[in-house]
Amino acid sequence: MAEVKLLGAWGSPFSRRVEMALKLKGVEYEYIEEDLGNKSPLLLKYNPIHKKVPVLLHNGKPIAESLVILEYIDETWKTNPILPDDPYDKAMARFWAKFLDDTCMPAIWQIMWSKENQREKAIEEAIQHLKTLENELKDKRFFGGETIGLVDIAANFIGFWLGAVQEASGMELVNKERFPVLCRWIDEYVNCSVVKQNLPPRDKLIAFLQSRFSASSWKY
Amino acid sequence: MKYSMAEEIKVFRSWSSRFALRIIWALKLKGLEFDTVYEDLTNKSPLLLQYNQIHKKVPVLVHNGKVICESLVILEYIDETWKQNPLLPEDPHQQANARFWAKFGDDKVLQSIWGGVFLKEGKEQEEGVAASMENLKYLEEEIRGKKFFGGETIGLADIALGWLAHYLDIFEEIVGVKLIDHEKFPSLAAWKQEFANAPIIRENWPDRDKLVTKYVAMREANLGKGTPK
Repeated sequence: MAEVKLLGAWGSPFSRRVEMALKLKGVEYEYIEEDLGNKSPLLLKYNPIHKKVPVLLHNGKPIAESLVILEYIDETWKTNPILPDDPYDKAMARFWAKFLDDTCMPAIWQIMWSKENQREKAIEEAIQHLKTLENELKDKRFFGGETIGLVDIAANFIGFWLGAVQEASGMELVNKERFPVLCRWIDEYVNCSVVKQNLPPRDKLIAFLQSRFSASSWKY
Repeated sequence: MKYSMAEEIKVFRSWSSRFALRIIWALKLKGLEFDTVYEDLTNKSPLLLQYNQIHKKVPVLVHNGKVICESLVILEYIDETWKQNPLLPEDPHQQANARFWAKFGDDKVLQSIWGGVFLKEGKEQEEGVAASMENLKYLEEEIRGKKFFGGETIGLADIALGWLAHYLDIFEEIVGVKLIDHEKFPSLAAWKQEFANAPIIRENWPDRDKLVTKYVAMREANLGKGTPK
């Protein structure tokens, strides 16, 4: 039987993306929890360049970078595809996954780490990007249509972590008034069985985020 | 069934964009006919702004009315739509490898060289050079023993990293810093030569002198200096 291992971290949305895809496709794997403050020789060996999780090991061969791993998983295990067949629809999914990682998420983190006089501007920018994202969702159940796809998996940060970040920091970015469609998706998303099973414990995550924020003297 | 009716391919580019150049390469490597729309990025056309509302950038590919943005996304679309001269290998692990290096190129190599070296000076530039060297070391290890990152033929990673084979020399000349040194990075230097002179690639480089003028101005503007004497 093929041997699949995942080096991950309980609180990392990137790591959880990969678990979601593996579980969705019914792939058996061995999970290895990494202490990111004390990285294992295994992690440093299999991801020497970025030294980050997640790293997927399939028959001993490593793959790093969560979006690259997701594509690999979809190519290798054909049950419950996360990417559509049509090249144009696939391109759209890749575009939005990239938008989430390269534009949305950095803008959100920018709020947390920006100085007080920059914060207003950072929030405005994040709101703009989230509105763009919400516009893409429109009246679809999920970004992937009727079922969860690549973009939904990639948007797990918005779906779950953002709520925890907001609670841990007191910053409010996404609420029902501002983002009715996105909030509808969030509710649908976190209640989805494959998603529900692949989320870190909320209290533990909030506590962890709170300690990070206080350590950096971030104040909202 | 390759072509249903008349295949309409249009590329929005600027004369100098190293990202749009990737698309030109890919289409030509696959022997495809296409129309080119040159954009003046200081005065973007309404059509570009309509097609790429989110990023307002080139390149944009329009294929039979379907609009795709983001060069790496476009490259994958091209490879999936037209199967001749594939840019990605069949094997999923090798595909993942190609995507990893294309991403590394954009996220790390480009960032460190452009943002950390070219647009900086003094101590900040020194730090940028150190970071760039680290990144180039990884590329050197990856290319060692191979003609191209894609193996025997040009692949996705070569196209993504291809700007190094022409634009980097220009950046190095302008800032007076040599990054890909023959002695330090022999395999990468060899790849640069191989890629720059490859069929199709060698015929499509933007004019060197024009690029120098453009990038000198960009660097000056970024460093807050006036026009050079």
